[in-house]
Amino acid sequence: MSGRFVRVAEKERRTFGIVIDGRRALASEGDTLMVALLTSQEDLRDSEFGDGRRAGFCVMGACQDCWVWTEAGERVRACTTPAVEGMSIVTRLSQAEEGVWPRL
Amino acid sequence: MAATVIVIGAGPAGVRAAQALVEAGLRPVVIDESRRDGGQIYRRQPEGFTRTYDTLYGTEAQRARALHEAFDALRPHIDHMPDTLVWNVAPNAVHVVSGTHHRELAFDALIICSGAADRVMPVPGWHHAGTYSLGGAQVALKSQGCAIGSRVVMMGTGPLLYLVAAQYVKAGATVSAVLDTSTFAQRLRALPQLLAIPSTLKKGIALMGILKDARVPIHRGITPVEVRGTPERGVQAVRVTLADGAMLEVECDAVALGYHLRSETQLADLAGCEFRFDHALQQWLPVADEDGRSNVRGVYLAGDGARVRGADAAERAGRLAALAAIKDIGMTCNEDDANKLRTQLSRFTRFAAGLRTAFPWPARFAATLPDETIVCRCEAVTAGELRRVVNDMGAKEANRAKAFSRVGMGRCQGRFCAHAGAEVIAAQARVPLEAVGRLRGQAPVKPLPMALAPHEDMETSE
Repeated sequence: MSGRFVRVAEKERRTFGIVIDGRRALASEGDTLMVALLTSQEDLRDSEFGDGRRAGFCVMGACQDCWVWTEAGERVRACTTPAVEGMSIVTRLSQAEEGVWPRL
Repeated sequence: MAATVIVIGAGPAGVRAAQALVEAGLRPVVIDESRRDGGQIYRRQPEGFTRTYDTLYGTEAQRARALHEAFDALRPHIDHMPDTLVWNVAPNAVHVVSGTHHRELAFDALIICSGAADRVMPVPGWHHAGTYSLGGAQVALKSQGCAIGSRVVMMGTGPLLYLVAAQYVKAGATVSAVLDTSTFAQRLRALPQLLAIPSTLKKGIALMGILKDARVPIHRGITPVEVRGTPERGVQAVRVTLADGAMLEVECDAVALGYHLRSETQLADLAGCEFRFDHALQQWLPVADEDGRSNVRGVYLAGDGARVRGADAAERAGRLAALAAIKDIGMTCNEDDANKLRTQLSRFTRFAAGLRTAFPWPARFAATLPDETIVCRCEAVTAGELRRVVNDMGAKEANRAKAFSRVGMGRCQGRFCAHAGAEVIAAQARVPLEAVGRLRGQAPVKPLPMALAPHEDMETSE
């Protein structure tokens, strides 16, 4: 799947692997989780109110529209969380294994 | 013992406030939500990124560098708490959380430099993935070297509309159109006030040149109709009515939306500051005197979080608020310095009024939003539902309408729906906007993790 965000600068950084919904993807050193996810796919989460997929809005930690979950069930705000090598992130809770139990 | 002064925010206002405090011999605590200083406007890119100041900040490169260098020089003389959220303000103490650790910090004086975020008017379909705030589109580029899409439409009004569009063009991103709700006539009317700061006006005109050279289509006096898209794939196009009444559809995969800025006033509210309706801005703002003193003893407000006047004004307002705090603590401050800052700030106040004339908030759109338009993105509450609680439940006041409709109750806590929501209520109830009131601030000002542990300092002291 192609991404939503387009890298236009700083393209020479070291890359590392993360896992998104069980699938391997590449992130670059210095990426926020939001950028790491949205350069690999088009969105971040399901709206809980049935209006579709969401991909964040304010990108500055104010709107909370970019919450995603780690495989351990921890909630993280993607736009202010640095991407770290080996992170495993869930963006489709409904399809996640039963072991992913979101904590508030 | 020296007085404890806490500065919230490490943007232009916060950094200059801290600098004045250090000059006076104090050691302020500077609390900032970001990992690095600079605020939103002079946000620093992550370590290891290589773009130059000129590339990152354009005409503002020197100002950005000066602010960063000032902060670097302050580091040994302040207690900097990055990645830290102030989630509540109690009398003479703030409650902060960093990661999963919380603590309480007492203060003698508190200078709130909470900054601003985009003021947003909903449009049908703005909940589709790929719609971002204009400020967000800028952060993605500045701090992460990314465009929000491969074909981006910039829509709304305000100086940021043209600035972000020009920054995207210069970075090699594709801007499919700039769609401005304000008109050229409004800009002309604002000219006398905008001439208060000719250099900034000139920079604004230069942005238009960049967009023209790149052949970016610019339409003024538009009315937004729809962000067209699907729940699964997100944004696909933007539809607007042009000034001459013709319909225009621009294909795109991302939209940046915003109508100038809105002060982040939640902390001032929790500190107990009095708010007044500002008729020129059509919004509720905390009351502060010329130097930034609020009505609460020991609490000062500076920068765009107090009143949107831009970064240059924020640097001066931050310093001026710190001088006021220093004086109120009983230390001596340089009155000539303060007088000079007051004079300079009056020019920025005039310029800011000019921007409001040039790029007015399109309040009228709220009345004509189709009922199915989502007003609250957090909980997908529509304009129709909000109108229903006005009609059926008689909820003509913002907090009452929130209780019934949940508009403003979601995870953004009204940051991106409260202004437009109030306009929808006012139009439906046929009352002036002022009569709708404002949403009361609630702690925590942002969601906190449920599993919090006391900071080690607190564990040992309690």
